[in-house]
Amino acid sequence: MNEHVTALPEATQSAPEAPAVRRRSEWIEKLKSIALGAGFPILLVLLWHFAVAATGTRLIPSPRQVAVMMYDFSFGGIYDDAFSATILTHIWKSMTRVYGGFFLAAAIGIPLGLMIGRLKILRQLLDPTINVLRPIPVTAWLPLSMIFFGLGPNAAIFLVFLGAFYPILLNTTFGVRSVDPRLFEAAAMLGCSGSAMFRQIVFPAALPSIFNGLRIAHGFAWILIVVGEMTGVPTGLGSVIMDGRTLSRTDLVVTGMIVIGAMGFMTDRIIVSISNRVLSWSPQHHA
Amino acid sequence: MPDTKRPPLIIRGVTKRFTVGDDEIEALSRIDVTIDAGQFVCLIGASGCGKSTLLRIVAGFDEPTSGDVFSQGKQITGPGSDRGMVFQDYALFPWMTVRDNIVFGPRQRKPPKAEIDDIASEYLKMVGLERFADRYPSQLSGGMKQRVAIARVLANNASTLLMDEPFGALDALTREQLQHELFQIWSRTGVTVIFVTHSVEEAVLLADRVLVMSAGPGRIANDIRIELPRPRDVSSPEFNAVRRDVARRLTSHLAPRALETESQPT
Ligand SMILES: Nc1ncnc2c1ncn2[C@@H]1O[C@H](COP(=O)(O)OP(=O)(O)OP(=O)(O)O)[C@@H](O)[C@H]1O
Ligand SMILES: [Mg+2]
Repeated sequence: MNEHVTALPEATQSAPEAPAVRRRSEWIEKLKSIALGAGFPILLVLLWHFAVAATGTRLIPSPRQVAVMMYDFSFGGIYDDAFSATILTHIWKSMTRVYGGFFLAAAIGIPLGLMIGRLKILRQLLDPTINVLRPIPVTAWLPLSMIFFGLGPNAAIFLVFLGAFYPILLNTTFGVRSVDPRLFEAAAMLGCSGSAMFRQIVFPAALPSIFNGLRIAHGFAWILIVVGEMTGVPTGLGSVIMDGRTLSRTDLVVTGMIVIGAMGFMTDRIIVSISNRVLSWSPQHHA
Repeated sequence: MPDTKRPPLIIRGVTKRFTVGDDEIEALSRIDVTIDAGQFVCLIGASGCGKSTLLRIVAGFDEPTSGDVFSQGKQITGPGSDRGMVFQDYALFPWMTVRDNIVFGPRQRKPPKAEIDDIASEYLKMVGLERFADRYPSQLSGGMKQRVAIARVLANNASTLLMDEPFGALDALTREQLQHELFQIWSRTGVTVIFVTHSVEEAVLLADRVLVMSAGPGRIANDIRIELPRPRDVSSPEFNAVRRDVARRLTSHLAPRALETESQPT
């Protein structure tokens, strides 16, 4: 069939296009959103400052003290102790554990989720187990993970992995399950089957949901780094906070907290911008 | 244009029962139709009479409870590239551009890139979407999406186009334009078309043959040849005479009363 198809006259020649509408207010809108987003933390810091000043507490550091600690942590030259100018080492160590656990979770969670979503037998085999394991708090695994992996970074990576794994797995499975079944039918009638179906249809169709899972898991990974680094590693942002606690140096504790928050925020923006780029086809997905 | 040299599409003794809880629904009772290659067949009938069920069986998405379907001289066992479905809600792959949607089928056979490019430009041109080749489906109007869906199955060399209310979600003007384009494509390519519609006018405008289905359980109640010369003019008296005739046969299955009231003077 379709031996030779030539162009059709008039009507089919070209579809009309709607004219583009330029948005002038977009810029102002963006500035406003930045101003509001940054304004609120500034307000919180002011509140913090006045609350510490008013109560005269010595248990909570003032924002100024934390700022000084942050400077020393970053560049040194003030206290010149074990923590001075060590920020990059700690960030780097924490990142290797956060991303070690996170990528391991993604590498296992995504393929497994795709298969569980598509294959009923796998669902029947694994669903009950997963649903029993999932509610167990990651912290409850701490003693066992130290027995499995000893003291050190592997136990931390394992804990981060556990926390990141379930959101990735569940969102991937959910993504596959909620794909319009017509897309599978359409692909099958066009001659696509087997592993090509997984690669070309199942995976991309589930991608918006997979990215949701990755984003949630990535947040968990940063949350769990403190727990992970309680397992007795000498460096890392979590261990800085633990050290600050033992030494009763709350300025160090708060500094560690802020660095974790900032790292989590920045890396989340990276994930969001990657997902916006990869999912530019999806009108619902613009975070 | 029916062509008796190519093998026809044969639907032989097809029945379909659905089990819903403890109930059994007989959706189709013995459908026997032979559709010549290149014929344009419209399927019309009340909602729930089994039109989509029949189409899905021919597509190979569902299995008949009994009976067989033959396409290209071979018994069908599942979906195949000889039969392409055009869904009412398009079912385009939203993460692929218009071009990639169109060449999805050919690409499965892993031909050289030049061949893919040729197919892409040929079918983009056919449906007039050259300027939209790099758009995603979410950036298209309904009419454009349906053009892509049609091009997608034609680019895959489908010899039979199965269309389930393809223009049902479109506004009247777009619908008219797409009817016209579909007619042009059909006359040039010689594909067989099975087209489900609720509009008698659409059926009479497009079809060589209108199959009127009736419900409870679904069967083919009338098999009407439309002999009007093409292109057809919806405002001509001949067209209206045929349309009234088809409408009367359709309503006689819908509600027997309607016929009596219709003939009474008002
Ligand atoms: N998957 C299913 N499970 C159970 N019953 C079904 C299923 N699909 C269709 N049916 C039943 O089969 C009958 C025919 O349905 P079908 O969708 O083929 O009708 P239709 O003619 O296409 O209707 P419409 O014009 O509204 O699209 C209906 O009674 C419907 O309830
Ligand atoms: Mg239907």
